[in-house]
Amino acid sequence: MERIPILRMGNLLLVTIQVDMHDRLAMTLQDDLTERIVSDNAKGVLIDISALDLVDSFIGRMISNTAAMARVLDAQTVVVGMQPAVAITLVELGLTLHGVKTALNVEKGMALLGKNIF
Amino acid sequence: MSAALNTAVAFDTALIEHNSRLRTARLTLPLRSDEDVVALRRHVRERAVAIALSLVDQTKLVTAASELARNTIKYGGGGEVHLDALEDGFKRGIGLLFVDSGPGIPDLDMALRDGYTTGGGLGLGLGGSKRLVDEFEIDSRPGEGTAVSVVKWKR
Repeated sequence: MERIPILRMGNLLLVTIQVDMHDRLAMTLQDDLTERIVSDNAKGVLIDISALDLVDSFIGRMISNTAAMARVLDAQTVVVGMQPAVAITLVELGLTLHGVKTALNVEKGMALLGKNIF
Repeated sequence: MSAALNTAVAFDTALIEHNSRLRTARLTLPLRSDEDVVALRRHVRERAVAIALSLVDQTKLVTAASELARNTIKYGGGGEVHLDALEDGFKRGIGLLFVDSGPGIPDLDMALRDGYTTGGGLGLGLGGSKRLVDEFEIDSRPGEGTAVSVVKWKR
Protein backbone atom coordinates (compact mmCIF):
# COMPACT_ATOMS: atom_id res chain seq x y z
CA MET A 1 0.00 0.00 0.00
CA GLU A 2 1.10 3.53 -0.80
CA ARG A 3 2.54 5.41 2.20
CA ILE A 4 4.19 8.72 2.98
CA PRO A 5 7.56 8.12 4.67
CA ILE A 6 8.15 9.44 8.19
CA LEU A 7 11.78 10.21 9.11
CA ARG A 8 13.13 10.41 12.63
CA MET A 9 15.68 12.99 13.72
CA GLY A 10 16.44 12.73 17.42
CA ASN A 11 13.09 13.17 19.12
CA LEU A 12 11.49 14.80 16.11
CA LEU A 13 9.50 13.21 13.31
CA LEU A 14 9.81 14.73 9.88
CA VAL A 15 7.23 14.25 7.14
CA THR A 16 7.60 15.72 3.67
CA ILE A 17 4.44 15.43 1.61
CA GLN A 18 5.44 15.29 -2.03
CA VAL A 19 2.51 13.57 -3.65
CA ASP A 20 -0.98 14.77 -4.49
CA MET A 21 -2.71 13.10 -1.56
CA HIS A 22 -5.97 11.28 -1.99
CA ASP A 23 -8.15 10.96 1.07
CA ARG A 24 -7.14 7.46 2.09
CA LEU A 25 -3.47 8.37 1.91
CA ALA A 26 -4.10 11.37 4.17
CA MET A 27 -5.87 9.16 6.71
CA THR A 28 -3.05 6.59 6.58
CA LEU A 29 -0.51 9.33 7.26
CA GLN A 30 -2.51 10.52 10.26
CA ASP A 31 -2.63 6.99 11.69
CA ASP A 32 1.06 6.33 10.97
CA LEU A 33 2.14 9.59 12.57
CA THR A 34 0.24 9.05 15.81
CA GLU A 35 1.65 5.52 16.06
CA ARG A 36 5.18 6.73 15.44
CA ILE A 37 4.87 9.51 18.04
CA VAL A 38 4.26 6.82 20.64
CA SER A 39 6.68 4.14 19.37
CA ASP A 40 9.54 6.62 18.79
CA ASN A 41 8.78 8.66 21.89
CA ALA A 42 8.76 11.76 19.70
CA LYS A 43 8.29 15.23 21.17
CA GLY A 44 7.88 17.11 17.94
CA VAL A 45 6.36 16.58 14.49
CA LEU A 46 7.36 18.66 11.51
CA ILE A 47 5.13 18.44 8.45
CA ASP A 48 6.62 19.97 5.32
CA ILE A 49 3.91 20.84 2.79
CA SER A 50 6.05 23.03 0.51
CA ALA A 51 5.50 20.61 -2.38
CA LEU A 52 1.70 20.62 -1.95
CA ASP A 53 -0.07 22.83 -4.47
CA LEU A 54 -3.44 22.25 -2.82
CA VAL A 55 -4.79 21.92 0.69
CA ASP A 56 -8.52 21.34 0.63
CA SER A 57 -10.83 20.92 3.62
CA PHE A 58 -10.05 17.21 3.91
CA ILE A 59 -6.28 17.62 3.96
CA GLY A 60 -6.68 20.68 6.20
CA ARG A 61 -8.77 18.69 8.63
CA MET A 62 -6.21 15.87 8.60
CA ILE A 63 -3.47 18.38 9.50
CA SER A 64 -5.57 19.93 12.30
CA ASN A 65 -6.51 16.53 13.68
CA THR A 66 -2.95 15.26 13.54
CA ALA A 67 -1.77 18.31 15.49
CA ALA A 68 -4.52 17.78 18.08
CA MET A 69 -3.70 14.06 18.41
CA ALA A 70 0.01 14.83 18.73
CA ARG A 71 -0.79 17.35 21.46
CA VAL A 72 -2.62 14.82 23.60
CA LEU A 73 0.31 12.45 23.02
CA ASP A 74 2.65 15.12 24.40
CA ALA A 75 4.17 16.13 21.06
CA GLN A 76 4.10 19.45 19.24
CA THR A 77 3.36 19.84 15.55
CA VAL A 78 4.63 22.50 13.20
CA VAL A 79 3.47 22.76 9.60
CA VAL A 80 6.07 24.37 7.37
CA GLY A 81 6.44 25.64 3.82
CA MET A 82 2.87 26.45 2.87
CA GLN A 83 2.75 28.10 -0.55
CA PRO A 84 1.19 31.60 -0.58
CA ALA A 85 -1.51 30.60 -3.08
CA VAL A 86 -2.44 27.68 -0.84
CA ALA A 87 -2.65 29.97 2.21
CA ILE A 88 -4.92 32.42 0.36
CA THR A 89 -7.19 29.62 -0.86
CA LEU A 90 -7.33 27.92 2.52
CA VAL A 91 -8.47 31.05 4.34
CA GLU A 92 -11.01 31.92 1.66
CA LEU A 93 -12.34 28.38 1.85
CA GLY A 94 -12.92 29.08 5.55
CA LEU A 95 -10.18 26.93 7.02
CA THR A 96 -7.78 28.53 9.48
CA LEU A 97 -5.93 25.46 10.81
CA HIS A 98 -6.85 26.54 14.30
CA GLY A 99 -4.35 25.37 16.89
CA VAL A 100 -1.71 24.38 14.35
CA LYS A 101 1.70 26.03 14.63
CA THR A 102 3.26 27.08 11.34
CA ALA A 103 6.67 28.22 10.16
CA LEU A 104 7.88 29.43 6.79
CA ASN A 105 10.44 26.68 6.23
CA VAL A 106 11.95 23.55 7.77
CA GLU A 107 14.77 25.45 9.45
CA LYS A 108 12.40 27.88 11.18
CA GLY A 109 10.10 25.00 12.06
CA MET A 110 12.94 23.11 13.70
CA ALA A 111 13.94 26.24 15.61
CA LEU A 112 10.35 26.66 16.82
CA LEU A 113 10.13 23.03 17.95
CA GLY A 114 13.58 23.21 19.53
CA LYS A 115 12.61 26.23 21.58
CA ASN A 116 9.49 24.54 22.86
CA ILE A 117 10.93 21.09 23.51
CA PHE A 118 14.47 21.40 24.78
CA MET B 1 -19.50 -3.16 -8.43
CA SER B 2 -23.14 -3.32 -9.43
CA ALA B 3 -24.30 -2.66 -12.95
CA ALA B 4 -26.26 0.39 -11.81
CA LEU B 5 -23.06 2.11 -10.81
CA ASN B 6 -21.67 1.82 -14.29
CA THR B 7 -24.55 3.44 -16.11
CA ALA B 8 -24.42 7.11 -17.07
CA VAL B 9 -25.61 9.59 -14.50
CA ALA B 10 -29.38 9.79 -14.83
CA PHE B 11 -30.12 13.11 -13.14
CA ASP B 12 -31.70 15.34 -15.78
CA THR B 13 -30.51 18.84 -14.98
CA ALA B 14 -30.97 22.08 -16.88
CA LEU B 15 -27.44 23.00 -15.84
CA ILE B 16 -26.11 20.52 -18.39
CA GLU B 17 -26.64 23.23 -21.03
CA HIS B 18 -25.45 26.06 -18.78
CA ASN B 19 -22.96 28.25 -20.69
CA SER B 20 -23.28 25.90 -23.69
CA ARG B 21 -23.01 28.83 -26.13
CA LEU B 22 -19.59 29.68 -24.70
CA ARG B 23 -18.32 26.12 -24.66
CA THR B 24 -15.52 25.14 -27.03
CA ALA B 25 -14.67 21.73 -25.59
CA ARG B 26 -15.97 19.30 -22.99
CA LEU B 27 -14.23 16.48 -21.19
CA THR B 28 -16.33 14.16 -19.03
CA LEU B 29 -14.71 12.19 -16.21
CA PRO B 30 -16.17 9.68 -13.76
CA LEU B 31 -16.26 10.43 -10.04
CA ARG B 32 -16.33 7.19 -8.09
CA SER B 33 -13.18 6.97 -6.02
CA ASP B 34 -10.44 8.93 -4.26
CA GLU B 35 -8.24 8.39 -7.30
CA ASP B 36 -10.86 10.01 -9.55
CA VAL B 37 -10.67 13.14 -7.39
CA VAL B 38 -6.89 13.25 -7.77
CA ALA B 39 -7.21 12.74 -11.54
CA LEU B 40 -9.75 15.58 -11.78
CA ARG B 41 -7.46 17.91 -9.82
CA ARG B 42 -4.69 17.15 -12.31
CA HIS B 43 -6.93 17.79 -15.33
CA VAL B 44 -8.24 21.06 -13.88
CA ARG B 45 -4.72 22.22 -13.05
CA GLU B 46 -3.58 21.48 -16.62
CA ARG B 47 -6.50 23.44 -18.12
CA ALA B 48 -5.96 26.32 -15.71
CA VAL B 49 -2.29 26.53 -16.66
CA ALA B 50 -3.23 26.32 -20.36
CA ILE B 51 -5.44 29.43 -20.18
CA ALA B 52 -2.83 31.14 -17.99
CA LEU B 53 -4.92 31.57 -14.84
CA SER B 54 -2.86 33.16 -12.07
CA LEU B 55 -1.35 30.74 -9.57
CA VAL B 56 -3.83 31.87 -6.90
CA ASP B 57 -6.80 31.39 -9.25
CA GLN B 58 -5.47 27.98 -10.35
CA THR B 59 -5.23 26.94 -6.71
CA LYS B 60 -8.72 28.25 -5.92
CA LEU B 61 -10.29 26.41 -8.85
CA VAL B 62 -8.47 23.14 -8.18
CA THR B 63 -9.43 23.34 -4.50
CA ALA B 64 -13.09 24.01 -5.35
CA ALA B 65 -12.98 21.07 -7.78
CA SER B 66 -11.60 18.84 -5.05
CA GLU B 67 -14.30 19.87 -2.56
CA LEU B 68 -17.17 19.45 -5.02
CA ALA B 69 -15.85 16.15 -6.39
CA ARG B 70 -15.70 14.80 -2.85
CA ASN B 71 -19.30 15.93 -2.29
CA THR B 72 -20.39 14.11 -5.46
CA ILE B 73 -18.79 10.90 -4.23
CA LYS B 74 -19.61 11.16 -0.54
CA TYR B 75 -23.14 12.56 -0.63
CA GLY B 76 -24.23 11.81 -4.18
CA GLY B 77 -22.95 8.24 -4.22
CA GLY B 78 -20.66 9.03 -7.15
CA GLY B 79 -21.36 10.58 -10.51
CA GLU B 80 -19.46 12.46 -13.14
CA VAL B 81 -17.92 15.82 -13.88
CA HIS B 82 -17.90 17.78 -17.13
CA LEU B 83 -14.82 19.91 -17.62
CA ASP B 84 -15.59 22.70 -20.09
CA ALA B 85 -13.38 25.12 -21.96
CA LEU B 86 -15.28 28.43 -22.21
CA GLU B 87 -14.79 31.46 -24.41
CA ASP B 88 -16.73 34.70 -24.15
CA GLY B 89 -15.29 37.05 -26.72
CA PHE B 90 -11.66 37.36 -25.73
CA LYS B 91 -12.35 36.11 -22.23
CA ARG B 92 -11.43 32.52 -21.47
CA GLY B 93 -12.60 30.40 -18.61
CA ILE B 94 -13.09 26.94 -17.21
CA GLY B 95 -16.44 25.47 -16.30
CA LEU B 96 -17.00 22.46 -14.11
CA LEU B 97 -20.32 20.67 -13.82
CA PHE B 98 -20.67 17.99 -11.16
CA VAL B 99 -23.65 15.68 -11.55
CA ASP B 100 -24.87 12.84 -9.38
CA SER B 101 -28.14 10.97 -9.12
CA GLY B 102 -28.00 10.70 -5.36
CA PRO B 103 -30.54 11.73 -2.72
CA GLY B 104 -30.41 15.46 -3.51
CA ILE B 105 -30.05 18.34 -1.07
CA PRO B 106 -33.27 18.97 0.89
CA ASP B 107 -32.33 22.44 2.16
CA LEU B 108 -29.97 24.36 -0.12
CA ASP B 109 -29.74 27.43 2.11
CA MET B 110 -28.62 25.26 5.00
CA ALA B 111 -26.20 23.29 2.82
CA LEU B 112 -24.49 26.50 1.67
CA ARG B 113 -23.96 27.70 5.21
CA ASP B 114 -20.46 27.33 6.64
CA GLY B 115 -20.22 24.69 9.31
CA TYR B 116 -23.36 22.85 8.24
CA THR B 117 -22.67 19.19 7.54
CA THR B 118 -24.57 15.95 7.43
CA GLY B 119 -21.48 13.90 6.72
CA GLY B 120 -19.31 14.57 9.74
CA GLY B 121 -17.00 16.89 7.79
CA LEU B 122 -16.26 20.53 8.39
CA GLY B 123 -19.21 21.75 6.36
CA LEU B 124 -17.04 24.00 4.22
CA GLY B 125 -17.40 22.19 0.91
CA LEU B 126 -20.30 24.01 -0.76
CA GLY B 127 -20.13 27.44 0.84
CA GLY B 128 -16.34 27.45 0.71
CA SER B 129 -16.24 26.40 -2.94
CA LYS B 130 -18.68 29.16 -3.82
CA ARG B 131 -16.22 31.74 -2.50
CA LEU B 132 -13.39 30.28 -4.59
CA VAL B 133 -15.06 30.65 -8.01
CA ASP B 134 -16.66 33.40 -10.13
CA GLU B 135 -19.97 31.69 -10.91
CA PHE B 136 -21.79 29.09 -8.85
CA GLU B 137 -25.14 27.38 -9.49
CA ILE B 138 -26.88 24.42 -7.93
CA ASP B 139 -29.75 22.36 -9.21
CA SER B 140 -30.90 19.71 -6.76
CA ARG B 141 -34.12 17.74 -6.49
CA PRO B 142 -34.76 15.42 -3.55
CA GLY B 143 -34.68 11.80 -4.68
CA GLU B 144 -33.34 12.67 -8.13
CA GLY B 145 -29.89 14.13 -7.79
CA THR B 146 -27.68 17.16 -7.57
CA ALA B 147 -25.81 19.23 -10.13
CA VAL B 148 -23.33 21.95 -9.25
CA SER B 149 -21.89 24.25 -11.90
CA VAL B 150 -18.90 26.50 -11.24
CA VAL B 151 -16.94 28.82 -13.56
CA LYS B 152 -13.63 30.56 -13.16
CA TRP B 153 -12.71 33.26 -15.69
CA LYS B 154 -9.25 34.40 -16.61
CA ARG B 155 -8.81 37.94 -15.26
